[in-house]
Amino acid sequence: MLFDKSRLILGTGGANSLAALEEAIVAAETDLVTVALRRVDAAGPGLLPMLDRLGVRVLPNTAGCYTAGDAVKTAHMAREAFETDLIKLEVIGDDRTLLPDGVELLRAAETLVADGFTVLPYTSDDPILARRLADVGCAAVMPAGSPIGSGLGISNPHHIRLIRQSVDIPVVLDAGIGTASDAALAMELGCDAVLIASAITRSDDPAAMAAAMRHAVLAGRLAYTAGRIPRRFHALASTSDDGLAQW
Amino acid sequence: MRLTVNGRSLDTETQLSVQALVETLTEARRGVAVAVNGEVVPRSAWAAVPLAEGDAVEVLTAAQGG
Repeated sequence: MLFDKSRLILGTGGANSLAALEEAIVAAETDLVTVALRRVDAAGPGLLPMLDRLGVRVLPNTAGCYTAGDAVKTAHMAREAFETDLIKLEVIGDDRTLLPDGVELLRAAETLVADGFTVLPYTSDDPILARRLADVGCAAVMPAGSPIGSGLGISNPHHIRLIRQSVDIPVVLDAGIGTASDAALAMELGCDAVLIASAITRSDDPAAMAAAMRHAVLAGRLAYTAGRIPRRFHALASTSDDGLAQW
Repeated sequence: MRLTVNGRSLDTETQLSVQALVETLTEARRGVAVAVNGEVVPRSAWAAVPLAEGDAVEVLTAAQGG
């Protein structure tokens, strides 16, 4: 299963050094991390051996793709490189928002499912698009809380909850998380996992923030499964009036 | 023979297989994927597939990315 060990997926983008990234992965106690595919001369050595040494699974992405065609090609290259059917499918609409292009995304998802991939699409917080992605056979949906790298948190919690109710597959909050409370909220809304990159890798102390996120995900999940009390307009005393002294 | 490898021109006097080309670019084996003219070449075929004049080759590997 996708989240047997950890409900925190770590994105490896944004880290200052491989050493800092390694510390963050260890502190996050994750077993699934994203990687991108780039030309060998630009990619730099050492990432994959480090991930292998830590024993974490690789979730390749199609970052940088703007069309379904490019994303499908990249996914096939990723399967060849990493010997996994997992693919974090990203098809971006523009470089200012980095929000998904829903039309291209759905098209690419349909093709990759047919090609045997386990497709995890990065999508918008649109419940209808999430349902369409589930309908074509995606293994999970990964809605953005807010734009990638923005740290704005979950701008429409109601939509995340609607997505949770709209699909029977795992929901992974992907993008926008800024700090631990955002990750906890995602889990409290019913998400099965969160994917965090910048909030950890670009923090002042990535290892400490990774640990914070690990605790937040655990706390949020526990709170969700424990079942929160309903919100009330007025107070409800927790102490009984029975036996109250009369003066 | 002139190839385009990761966007750059490469002139070679000898016949090159995909395998031989990859060996000039990286020591890594796992985590490397190759496409010739937009088509993925499976690792098992690298040694058997010769490169031809004008081929555009992409050799990709893992990079940090969310």
